[in-house]
Amino acid sequence: MDYKLTHLKELESESIFILREVAAQFEKPALLFSGGKDSIVMAYLAYKAFYPAAIPFPFVHIDTGHNFEETITYRDDLVKLLGANLIVGSVEESIAQGRVVEEKGFNASRNKLQTVTLLDTLEKHKFDAALGGARRDEEKARAKERFFSHRDEFGQWDPKNQRPELWNIFNGKKQLGEHFRVFPISNWTEMDVWQYILQENIPLPSLYYTHEREVFERDGIIYAALPEMPRRESEPIEVKRVRCRTIGDITCTGLTLSTAESLEDIIGEIASSRITERGGRSDDKRSEAAMEDRKKAGYF
Amino acid sequence: MSTQTKDTTGYLDMELLRFSTAGSVDDGKSTLIGRLLYDSKSIFEDQLQAVKDASKRLGGGDEVNLALLTDGLRAEREQGITIDVAYRYFATPKRKFIIADTPGHIEYTRNMVTGASTADVAIILIDARNGIIEQSKRHSYVASLLQIPNVVVAVNKMDLVDFSEDVFNTIKAEYEEIAKILKLKNVIFIPISARDGDNVVDASTKTPWYKGETLLHLLETLPVRMDETKLPARFPVQYVIRPHSDEFHDYRGYAGRISGGSFKVGDEVTVLPSKTQSKIIAIDEGKNSLQEAFAPQSVSIRLADNVDISRGDFIVKTNEHAPTVSANVSLLVCWLNHRPLNEGGKYIIRHATDETRAIIKDVHYKVNINTLENILDDKTVKMNDIAHISIKTLKPLKYDSYGENRISGSLVIIDENTFETVGAGMIVHNLEDETFTI
Repeated sequence: MDYKLTHLKELESESIFILREVAAQFEKPALLFSGGKDSIVMAYLAYKAFYPAAIPFPFVHIDTGHNFEETITYRDDLVKLLGANLIVGSVEESIAQGRVVEEKGFNASRNKLQTVTLLDTLEKHKFDAALGGARRDEEKARAKERFFSHRDEFGQWDPKNQRPELWNIFNGKKQLGEHFRVFPISNWTEMDVWQYILQENIPLPSLYYTHEREVFERDGIIYAALPEMPRRESEPIEVKRVRCRTIGDITCTGLTLSTAESLEDIIGEIASSRITERGGRSDDKRSEAAMEDRKKAGYF
Repeated sequence: MSTQTKDTTGYLDMELLRFSTAGSVDDGKSTLIGRLLYDSKSIFEDQLQAVKDASKRLGGGDEVNLALLTDGLRAEREQGITIDVAYRYFATPKRKFIIADTPGHIEYTRNMVTGASTADVAIILIDARNGIIEQSKRHSYVASLLQIPNVVVAVNKMDLVDFSEDVFNTIKAEYEEIAKILKLKNVIFIPISARDGDNVVDASTKTPWYKGETLLHLLETLPVRMDETKLPARFPVQYVIRPHSDEFHDYRGYAGRISGGSFKVGDEVTVLPSKTQSKIIAIDEGKNSLQEAFAPQSVSIRLADNVDISRGDFIVKTNEHAPTVSANVSLLVCWLNHRPLNEGGKYIIRHATDETRAIIKDVHYKVNINTLENILDDKTVKMNDIAHISIKTLKPLKYDSYGENRISGSLVIIDENTFETVGAGMIVHNLEDETFTI
């Protein structure tokens, strides 16, 4: 027998190991499901890790109220397909309760507000570990994140005081009130994720494939022209063939001009792309250390 | 379209190689990584633009400072240092690479140990102008301690010594002495200039005397953990899968990641520590059933008999060399915490998927990793110290030596009060017999 693993199989094996560690080490874990491809891959990995038993933790979706309709439909179908439980934390509710104040203006986004809803939801259900689909190659602050990332009782990340992680030993011990964020696909790149989706034949929300849509342009980024996204008079609506390279909420998801109709097309497009996927995320462009600041505050 | 299809298939054949980089301040480590990422086209335009902007702002003029590609946190950018292990990714058509990029300052031995713990290759950078310095020895010691199978000594800044063969050969000869003392396994020397790219991705025209490979070509061809699957089979049970459903009423799968060797359906196995014997009837991977699985696959194993097995137990092959089952463990420890090791103190031990408590029985000696001498008169084990210690565990561990198996031979020590990971341990049977030098 040829004892050789492809890199995708090795990454899969590592991620499944992490998912099982979480189920074994924590009392009440949850999987943060955003509707994006990374959390979709994580959901399928969780299914594989525990099959034929059910996934031993619920999916948590933080709904900004500004999601694409396709995301919500896909989420509800997936939960049924994988036999998972779904818990929804609502940013609208946090706003109504006065927990957060909505940003104003044309660049307003609920991206930052969802941190509060997320922490509230984790606390309400007493979750002690939250699984996230973040990858280290996405952003430079994430390159230093651990698989098991310790958060203090305020949900904050202290990059200078992380627990060393050696071999494949993961230390999830914590004091009362503290919790962990765990990132099973830390070592995957955007290309790995797409290749895995192709290899495993994972269905995706239609937003990832090319479609005709009413859009407008702001600061070089193409946004969907939908009621959730305030638009200036000077920003005319055009109809273009676009797709999402990442899916966040409507107000911060930039669209890419694309004719990619299949996974193979998407992979070809990414292989020749010269812009990172977060290049289209307006939330990262706020400052050079935008992600670092949000992470310290308890962001995903 | 045809080229895209070819790319897709090629990609599904790729292997994964993990390597660590260690270097001293200013010897060009960040530049080398930036160079590998840049020349392998793993840098995107928006990242490059951000670095160009930053280079200008920091007074570097129009020259792009590749080192800035790897500076992650704001504190690091402000102070121009690297705080922690950072992980970088790039791929060529042959392999995907994971770089554990570790800072080289003296206070960061713990980060080097962390980064090296999963590496197949260590790249040790030496500044051609300075030759081998104390830090180079320290990095080499860590590579030896963590038993990294391949060490690449990259003699950098060759452009600043006129690409002199003599300079390169002098460093090489001196390092070979150290490699001998440290019993480093496979050591390869390359003259490079990370700043200009000589011998990094493309062969340099300025080193006609160098007949070896470029760094990238070497990384693409060095063997990837071939030996792991030849070891005695080890399966630390991680989780027991019991569906409790009508369809899978009697299903009981032992989930885990194979950490050495291989298992086949039909293999006679022994469960440790109970020594119960049984036979493998199925190896499952999600919905698929496999005839054989090997390290480092994550699978779940079903046995013929209904035996009592829980997390932390080991499944091994009955006809192979068994691990030691004992509560007395001798190990080399790298201390990771500001609070020194407490001789006689109690700690939590994590070994493979097992957890227990232990008392530190003895600190035999510390190692001065700069001179590689033993320190017998000072036994206070502080952060970044390496020491030979003995512990006694509450329940017996099932272990191999670190030299035999990097997973069943390693453990971490956790503080009982703060729950911080405070020590990294490499198990030794008998120090004189080990490949370690101390």
